[in-house]
Amino acid sequence: MNIPGNLLYTDEHEWISVDGDTGRIGITDYAQHHLGDIVFVELPEVGDSFAMRDAVGVIESVKAVVSLYTPASGTILEVNEELEDSPELLNEAPYDSWIAVIELGDKNDLQKLMTAEAYAAFCQTLED
Amino acid sequence: MSLRQTPLYDMHLKYNGKMIDFGGWELPVQFEGMGIIKEHNMVRESAGLFDVSHMGEVFITGEKAEDFVQGLVTNDIRGMKDFQILYSPICYPDGGVVDDLLIYKYSNQKYLLVINAGNADKDFSWIQQNLIDGVTAVNVSAEYAQLALQGPRAQEILQKICDVDLDSIKFFWFNPAVKVAGMECIVSRTGYTGEDGFEVYVKADDAAFLWEEILQAGGDLVSPIGLGARDTLRFEAKLPLYGQEIDHDITPLEAGLGFFVKLNKDDDFIGKSALLKQKETGLSRKLVEFEMLDKGIPRSHYEIQKDGKVIGHVTTGMHSPTFKKPIGLALISIEYSEPGTEIDIIIRDKPIKARVGTGLFYKKQTKAK
Repeated sequence: MNIPGNLLYTDEHEWISVDGDTGRIGITDYAQHHLGDIVFVELPEVGDSFAMRDAVGVIESVKAVVSLYTPASGTILEVNEELEDSPELLNEAPYDSWIAVIELGDKNDLQKLMTAEAYAAFCQTLED
Repeated sequence: MSLRQTPLYDMHLKYNGKMIDFGGWELPVQFEGMGIIKEHNMVRESAGLFDVSHMGEVFITGEKAEDFVQGLVTNDIRGMKDFQILYSPICYPDGGVVDDLLIYKYSNQKYLLVINAGNADKDFSWIQQNLIDGVTAVNVSAEYAQLALQGPRAQEILQKICDVDLDSIKFFWFNPAVKVAGMECIVSRTGYTGEDGFEVYVKADDAAFLWEEILQAGGDLVSPIGLGARDTLRFEAKLPLYGQEIDHDITPLEAGLGFFVKLNKDDDFIGKSALLKQKETGLSRKLVEFEMLDKGIPRSHYEIQKDGKVIGHVTTGMHSPTFKKPIGLALISIEYSEPGTEIDIIIRDKPIKARVGTGLFYKKQTKAK
């Protein structure tokens, strides 16, 4: 399971890559692996604001439908429209295939997220 | 309650199946390193091996076996030849479906009924409840494992390890005494994928050995296939699934299975009068194909509306791996069932445009002739 060290993680298997006041969000390798073949992504609208852990989008695999929850509060600045036509990119490269860029509403949110190490340990507990 | 395991459970672990609870059975939904879409394509393009041991098998024997089966099923078995197979729904008196099954005829005094896993107990009690004098029903589900080898290369793979010329087994026929890898098997040319292929019944104790022999004979041409692809394959071929296209409150006529309901057969059968009446009055709803006009994936049981009014529901919908787009089957009011009619699928509380169509599904590659 690939878990890059420079990202922060949620227990819903999203990642956020923080750059100043913005964060890029996506789903983890663990998430894509367990979802299986991803065939549909419903992206949030640019300009919409969300609280931490709000559902901002939907990801559908052949078998499952799951919500995408934002790891931090804020306003959507940009979405990765490429995923609408090529949702399989989330399986192929989950950490390159960001879903949205968010302008962080409250940087304190980040304190509540897991480091790579903590997330790896968390995933381990799910496998046991 | 603990999950039931098939005789191939250890094989699923060996091949890294992702195990799930499927109606009380612990079975692989997909295999590590493959996944539903790859497994699906493997069966369409080459061959796949399925564990379908959870299916139920019931032998019906006795002097009156033919009369009994004829009264149980909606199809007409009188014209069946020995070693021929017939598909049929079985119905409740009100015309709702108990299950759909395959009838294997050994003789007019011996039939094997192959029933759905999730319905096996219910079906067996239904059979016993309706049993007539001179007929015995024996549930042999636990004694048999069932392997399905499906796909355009299935025959050449199986032929390598069996002692019968498979050309001699035509579509919807079987041979009850084939040695496959030396094991005594029942082999039929049937399946649930829309491809040519075989279903192999073997004693439970021989199942794991046979599984390995088939995979070895097939080499790169075959892979183990999980329940995920079993569903996408059967759906694309428009083969009904109990609990979705057919159910206790859906009649076979509504489900588009009228071909398998022989209302003109001389004998009475359970559900006949209700189905005759439905045919006379006309259907109020029917199963249709549809495609999406706007983005979204239809899923089973999603509501369908027209101008804000509920007109039915999706029975099965999904992203089709073969056509690489979402398609669906729906049970809707007859007045909206004409191809070309625009309907709304309610996805996460939003109406998403779709259109009733025909010819949207996979053309079966089975060797019907």
